[in-house]
Amino acid sequence: MTHPFTGLLDTDAIRKDFPVLQRVLHDEKPLVYLDNAATSQKPRQVLEALNAYYERHNANVHRGVHVLAEEATAMYEGARDKVAAFVNAPSRNEVIFTKNASESLNLVANMLGWADEPYRVDADSEIVITEMEHHSNIVPWQLLSQRTGAKLKWFGLTDEGRLDLSNIDELITEKTKVVSFTLVSNLLGTINPVEAIVRKAQSVGALVVIDASQAAPHMVLDVQALEADFVAFTGHKMLAPTGIGVLWGRQELLEDLPPFLGGGEMIETVTMGSSTYAPAPHKFEAGTPPIAQAVGLGAAIDYLSAIGMEKIAAHEHAITEYAVERLLEVPDLRIIGPRTAVDRGAAISFTLGDIHPHDVGQVLDEQGIAVRVGHHCARPVCLRYGIPATTRASFYLYSTPGEVDALIAGLHHVRNFFG
Amino acid sequence: MKLDSMYQDIILDHYRNPHGKGLRDGDAEVHHVNPTCGDEITLRVKLDGATVTDVSYESQGCSISQASASVLNDLVVGKTVGEAQVVQEAFLELMQSKGQGEGDEEVLEDAVAFAGVSKYPARVKCALLSWMAWKDATAQALAQHPAVND
Repeated sequence: MTHPFTGLLDTDAIRKDFPVLQRVLHDEKPLVYLDNAATSQKPRQVLEALNAYYERHNANVHRGVHVLAEEATAMYEGARDKVAAFVNAPSRNEVIFTKNASESLNLVANMLGWADEPYRVDADSEIVITEMEHHSNIVPWQLLSQRTGAKLKWFGLTDEGRLDLSNIDELITEKTKVVSFTLVSNLLGTINPVEAIVRKAQSVGALVVIDASQAAPHMVLDVQALEADFVAFTGHKMLAPTGIGVLWGRQELLEDLPPFLGGGEMIETVTMGSSTYAPAPHKFEAGTPPIAQAVGLGAAIDYLSAIGMEKIAAHEHAITEYAVERLLEVPDLRIIGPRTAVDRGAAISFTLGDIHPHDVGQVLDEQGIAVRVGHHCARPVCLRYGIPATTRASFYLYSTPGEVDALIAGLHHVRNFFG
Repeated sequence: MKLDSMYQDIILDHYRNPHGKGLRDGDAEVHHVNPTCGDEITLRVKLDGATVTDVSYESQGCSISQASASVLNDLVVGKTVGEAQVVQEAFLELMQSKGQGEGDEEVLEDAVAFAGVSKYPARVKCALLSWMAWKDATAQALAQHPAVND
């Protein structure tokens, strides 16, 4: 088989940076890690940054007058600069560190629930999401809706796994206060048409929140080009440690909106009766932040930027195109989501005849192939397509055509096993 | 091969040809879900006095959870509730044995084939789904007829 590949990265070199990718599993099977939409592996450069921070610089950030405190603060705030540059933020003060994308999205929902007019979400308001959201972009809005009486509405999906925008004028109306949607679906892989939604939201004065958890690791993310008001993503899917997430928000909104968590670091002055708050981003970062994790995220951004996000996107596109083509050759295999590599990311979900995804995943694991099985925290998508669960293979900058071939061979083995 | 210890032929046979599947008349009905994987079962228990006369179910899930429901039906129908509870407890103990237990074939019959599943923490819940549903439904059925609760 000769498949033309263009734009592949030098994965032989890249893979040497990832210690875990050298592992061999059961019976000398090399690890084939295809669970990148759940979390990515970490390069040595990130692990070394974490170690260096803890071995030489560890201290609590801000206010300290000793050397270590100043170094730790410079490293933590330096990571903020790196994130700001990575997403093309107009100001570093628009970058809020959280613990993950879920916390970022919950933070926005709570800001809007406690806000004054014109941002306040109340019983007369409407919130618009989509049926393809991760639970982390559904449940915070359900909570806000239940607590305020606001109405929750959502875009449905087409049979091809795309957003159905046909009723956009009924969904987004003068009552809409906020529209929150994912840039790339974690289950379907679909890349959504941001501009059409943003234009409509802007026309009615609604705020736009974008969940970029499956985008930030894989493509150029430019918050100014997106024209959103808030963008959320998490570090651990983009080579960084767990425990560090980002919420980017437009500066004037961050100035106007109220804090959610109260505590140390987020104040200006405190009396027993009341407090005033630090300016953003610190207003939204109560308590000791995940310092080492932020430093790790900075190192991850350095690593990704040195390769280049355009090149990473091109590599993944080539791998995805090949994977879609090969998967469709497997008998009884149904891709849940776009059956092409056009406007799609590198997460591919599928069903395999009547074989339950748990069984598919278990037999693949025996061959050293790590995939994810279940509803992928997007149960409404499974309900929409009438399936209990899927198997999902997801690729990253270190994935190779050979790993796609291993997956396909593994799936044939699964069919034989349960045949 | 390690995989064969989980997917014993007995399990695959029950998976392909489940015993007692389908919903029939019952004294109590429960719906249990495994939220991590989306496996679901609706299960009914029919009692006649202290005897389990039927366990009927509709379910969706992996081979382990489907086969387990089939074996459950085989093992508890026709027994008294007390006898069936002994089997249920023996199965629970086997599934919690982390690969160390073998199971008493006198008590567990085909269910000893699940011993290998106990090595896989993510799959133990699959094997227990129908058994926990049965336990719940039986308790509800007994509550309706407290006189036979011995």
